[in-house]
Amino acid sequence: MSALDSYREVTPKGTIDFLRCLADKTRGKSILHVNSTRVGGGVAEILRSLVPLLADIGVEARWEVITGTEDFFAVTKAFHNALQGAEQDLSPAMLEIYREINRRNARQIPLEADYVVIHDPQPAALILHKPGAGRWIWRCHIDISHPQRKVWNFLRQFVVQYDGAIFSLPRFAQRLPIPQFLIYPSIDPLSEKNRDLSPEEQEQALDRLRIPRDKPILLQVSRFDRFKDPVGVIRAYRLVKKHHDVRLILAGGGATDDPEGEKVLAEVREAAQSDPDILILLLPPDANLEINALQRAATIVLQKSLREGFGLTVAEAMWKGKPVIGGFAGGITVQLVYGVTGFTVNSPEGAAFRIHYLLDNPDLMAKVGEDGREFVRRNFLITRHLGDYLALMRYWMN
Amino acid sequence: MAKKVAAHPFLFTGCWELRQMLGRSARDVRQLLEAIEEVPLDSIYYHTHSFFLRHKYIAGPYPNDFATWAAIQVRDRVLGEKLGVLDPFEFLDLESLRAAIVAIIEEHLSHLQIIPRVIYEEPFHFMQSRITAVPTGLESRTLTEFREILASVDASVIYYHTFEAILRLGRRNGDFAIWIEEQLELPELAEKIAHLDPYMISLESIRHRIIRICDGFLERGAWQ
Repeated sequence: MSALDSYREVTPKGTIDFLRCLADKTRGKSILHVNSTRVGGGVAEILRSLVPLLADIGVEARWEVITGTEDFFAVTKAFHNALQGAEQDLSPAMLEIYREINRRNARQIPLEADYVVIHDPQPAALILHKPGAGRWIWRCHIDISHPQRKVWNFLRQFVVQYDGAIFSLPRFAQRLPIPQFLIYPSIDPLSEKNRDLSPEEQEQALDRLRIPRDKPILLQVSRFDRFKDPVGVIRAYRLVKKHHDVRLILAGGGATDDPEGEKVLAEVREAAQSDPDILILLLPPDANLEINALQRAATIVLQKSLREGFGLTVAEAMWKGKPVIGGFAGGITVQLVYGVTGFTVNSPEGAAFRIHYLLDNPDLMAKVGEDGREFVRRNFLITRHLGDYLALMRYWMN
Repeated sequence: MAKKVAAHPFLFTGCWELRQMLGRSARDVRQLLEAIEEVPLDSIYYHTHSFFLRHKYIAGPYPNDFATWAAIQVRDRVLGEKLGVLDPFEFLDLESLRAAIVAIIEEHLSHLQIIPRVIYEEPFHFMQSRITAVPTGLESRTLTEFREILASVDASVIYYHTFEAILRLGRRNGDFAIWIEEQLELPELAEKIAHLDPYMISLESIRHRIIRICDGFLERGAWQ
């Protein structure tokens, strides 16, 4: 069975055959994706699934990763923060490091392809070294709705040289003289994080994490970051706890090597006040199976973010048929159609109200979970993402 | 006497929508009105039609983006309801539809002292559709074949032969009804399908209703 055919069982009827028809005109074309990391992070996760599917459908797909120095990644981290609105000082020397590393990578990476997709700001200056023909597209995965102007203006000089740009949400669109496209990110339903688990696999994973199964579970999976509002989640839990005997699990990672994360984790522990029904789990970056099992064990999943890029953990939980309550932020608002596929809230009180409401209405909980799964099936799976790339390639053929 | 085998087969065509962002947004209803007057027709199409392509499984709160935004984001339920009942099938083209939307919003604003606006919620972001038609290679010559294929194709096929055919390609009854009437010579069945109101239901509901109508027809042996 081909890689794409294995998605037949999880996609809406007709999808796989239709994708093959869509690929009729792109067969034999080449596409190169370039980003800055092979492991870790949402972009690498998507490319790991997407590139083999593109190849399977007849596109010559390659994935290259730029290399850089510590200085370079410090500069691009500052870019990242500034583009998301934080004040950052970037000296001319830092900007030169950025240009130089892009120059070096341009010499090392074969950049010839019919379509070249450059992901995020790190390799954006590769456009200066475009080797002739081919359409170049800049794919921005981060929230640049309120960028620091100085840094955006620096990056913009490269972006305007592309043939097009892709953003994850309409509000990230910029004033640019090139076409801008909306493509939502996606989850891979067959990955370790999202595939179906046998009851034994699930039990074993929960046993490893020492999760009791005697009470309904409220779950939030996200790193310990103030923008994810874990303390707000504890406040919501306490309001619910007056009426329902539930357990709260806050599962996240990355705190140990992030000073800010450690501080937030300490605040979360203090807010939890040794409540035996609040479990705080620190998971390693590769704990995909464990996250899968936790999401499947949850009664309600929360993603009470105050700010969010896209928030694919919401789609992950919805895919498992769970009702999700999310903060009114970023892509969460796209995934949770209010009252249909989930609920968005603006405060811990709002979250508590909706948790209470769902726990009191198990039929509604099941219906929201079911509709949420179908919504993800049709909008946020990697197969839809594949179709968007094929359509984008065809856009420049017309 | 109706034909059982069509001389010309029904060719099933699907479509894929590439969503293009115009980089223009509105934070209040007046800005919305001004932008609606100025954006390309492909944008009016995106916000009133391709909505269904994006919501194949569930119908949204209202059947167009303008109504949903007014009701949910601006919390102007009255405007949401007024825009929500707009039936795009009543208009000959997208320009007439645009004029009707503008008239509704202007009339609504004329009664208000304060312009409704978003405070915490999302501005309206204008987009436009780039629809690519994609032949599936599937074709039917009989009602039974038609029904079987319709049951299994991608939902975009339903979209293409109803919304896209009616509004952009000017085929007022939609491709399904036209083929059934012209090729199978089943006017009664064609009329039932033409009378479905796709604006009030999702693509999957349209699929199920057409199949149900065809099944009823086949069971009765209505063409014998």
